[in-house]
Amino acid sequence: MDYLLSEEEQMIKDTAREITEEKIIPLRAELDEKNEFPTVILEDMAKADLFSIFVPEEYGGLGGGCFEIVLALEELARGCVGVATSFAASALGIFPVLIAGNEEMKQKYMPDIASGKRWAAFGLTEANAGSDASGIQTTAVLDGDEWVLNGTKQWITNGGESQIYTIIALTDPSKGARGASIFVVEDGDPGFSYGKKEDKMGIRSSATRELILKDCRIPKDRLVGRKGTGFITVMKTLDISRPGIASLGVGLGQAALDEAVVYAKQRVQFGKPIISFQAVQHMLADMATQLEAARSLVYAAARHIDANPKNMSKPSSMCKVFATDMAMKVTTDAVQVLGGYGYMKEYPVEKMMRDAKILQIYEGTNQIQRNVIGQELNKEYI
Amino acid sequence: MNIIVCIKQVPDAKDVRLDPKTNTLAREGVESIMNPFDRHALEEGVRLKETHGGQVTALSMGPPQAESVLREAISCGADQGVLVSDRAFAGADTWATSYTLRKAIEASGEFDLILCGKQAIDGDTAQVGPGLAGQMKLPFVTCVQKIRNLDDGIIQVERMMDDGFDVLELPVPALLTVVKDINDPRVPSLKGKMKAKKATIKILSAADIGAEEQCIGLAGSPTRVVNVFTPAPRGDRKMFTGSLEEQVDQLVDQLRSYL
Repeated sequence: MDYLLSEEEQMIKDTAREITEEKIIPLRAELDEKNEFPTVILEDMAKADLFSIFVPEEYGGLGGGCFEIVLALEELARGCVGVATSFAASALGIFPVLIAGNEEMKQKYMPDIASGKRWAAFGLTEANAGSDASGIQTTAVLDGDEWVLNGTKQWITNGGESQIYTIIALTDPSKGARGASIFVVEDGDPGFSYGKKEDKMGIRSSATRELILKDCRIPKDRLVGRKGTGFITVMKTLDISRPGIASLGVGLGQAALDEAVVYAKQRVQFGKPIISFQAVQHMLADMATQLEAARSLVYAAARHIDANPKNMSKPSSMCKVFATDMAMKVTTDAVQVLGGYGYMKEYPVEKMMRDAKILQIYEGTNQIQRNVIGQELNKEYI
Repeated sequence: MNIIVCIKQVPDAKDVRLDPKTNTLAREGVESIMNPFDRHALEEGVRLKETHGGQVTALSMGPPQAESVLREAISCGADQGVLVSDRAFAGADTWATSYTLRKAIEASGEFDLILCGKQAIDGDTAQVGPGLAGQMKLPFVTCVQKIRNLDDGIIQVERMMDDGFDVLELPVPALLTVVKDINDPRVPSLKGKMKAKKATIKILSAADIGAEEQCIGLAGSPTRVVNVFTPAPRGDRKMFTGSLEEQVDQLVDQLRSYL
């Protein structure tokens, strides 16, 4: 379907597609097998200016928004969700600075993010704070001109690979979620180190690691926004970032559908290509229809968010839940269409099905997304 | 460090047909791309510029639509594009093309290095690079797989050979033709694409470069394509087996049998 993209939007989509075709697809199986971070590919993305798309022009970016990120991530995910996740996590990690940081802080970090010289990561999750993010236990105490951070962050995407980390910590534990603040911690800060590196089912090229803050001392001006407003910023960050995860589902679904249709046209059984059998045709038709519906919803939600409406949580959650559930279903069906071959690592759909699962889990499980949608409905109908 | 990169627009190899009348490549209706080897030459030029400073000029001879590969070159990091285009250039072989490029370069000013792809994927002659160097009386090396060093007006390169590589030094100005192993070309950048969209491509005619009529186009081309055909399969092949000595003995016997 033609989504009537502007020339600049089409340019972003084409550039991300070229990165996928030339840099990601040739390497994805090897990166997956070796659990290897795609440093070289991220450098290629930086040279192609992809990291600049969501950075305002005054900091050397192209001034795009949620929709531009969605277009880029969709194309990158066609190649590999692990690589695309590494890119997305850098955007997620710097959003708090963009949303709540002061001018000085933006001047300090945004140009390096735009040029791809430095990458970011978002440090929210802890062992006891997953879906219930208010359960975080990391603390920050002001000592003279420095903040002292203590705690352990878990499953942090780009952990150990990025140079800039936004860390959510309690500055007033007695207030719970209202006592949370966000800090920028840099690679090499005293008391900041990396812990366990995870061995995952899918998106194996992305790095998922523990961050350890042990009497980590950082300058006073690393506080992002006002003290105690951390959770509001986190919620705004996730509202803007979730369509990006949804678009990973769209890109992945497209890749799986492409593989399934090409295979179904080539594979001959009972003397005919299997695409001529109605049972297979109907599966492919459902995959294509669900995929296009998801794409339409994600694009619409992203454009809605870029208009900066008062309430963006519902469309943001709706597109995340719909597109990632679609990706799980479409990749599973793609494996089914390819049959025994689909289950083998020689064909890419096996990896796609493994990669799809995380989309229903991270950046807010799909159950949490439904909670958000339900709570919004409850507020809307008096 | 001012670098000229010679670029040819070629038909995409995914869709190649011959014109049955002229036995040359049918170009109409076929998608055009930047010659893949030239992309590597351009990338090397841009990397040299990033290290040593200077300017990269992308130069092409071709019909007006070849402007698009020059815009692509700008999106990949070239500073400007020059298109040598004139109906009088039509039908040029490698000799006339080398002459025309020489005249265009002479009309364009100073340079330190000319980079070309090893060959174009349509004609496959690999003659224009060396031909241009010959025309300009420049030192040149073909099939460069690595530029090792560039210092004090001396460039040290590795030339790919069947069984390894040669290390050669030559003074600049010089001309190099490159193989794909030299680098992994970047994807055109977004800011580059925006710059390319707005860029003015300089177009030079035969008169602009002062080309002599009898040296350009079909009239200036000694080459004539007489016939293009698929060679018949060669005769039987024989595999020798056994130890190395036994195989050599068998080979000698076989060769003797032909005497």
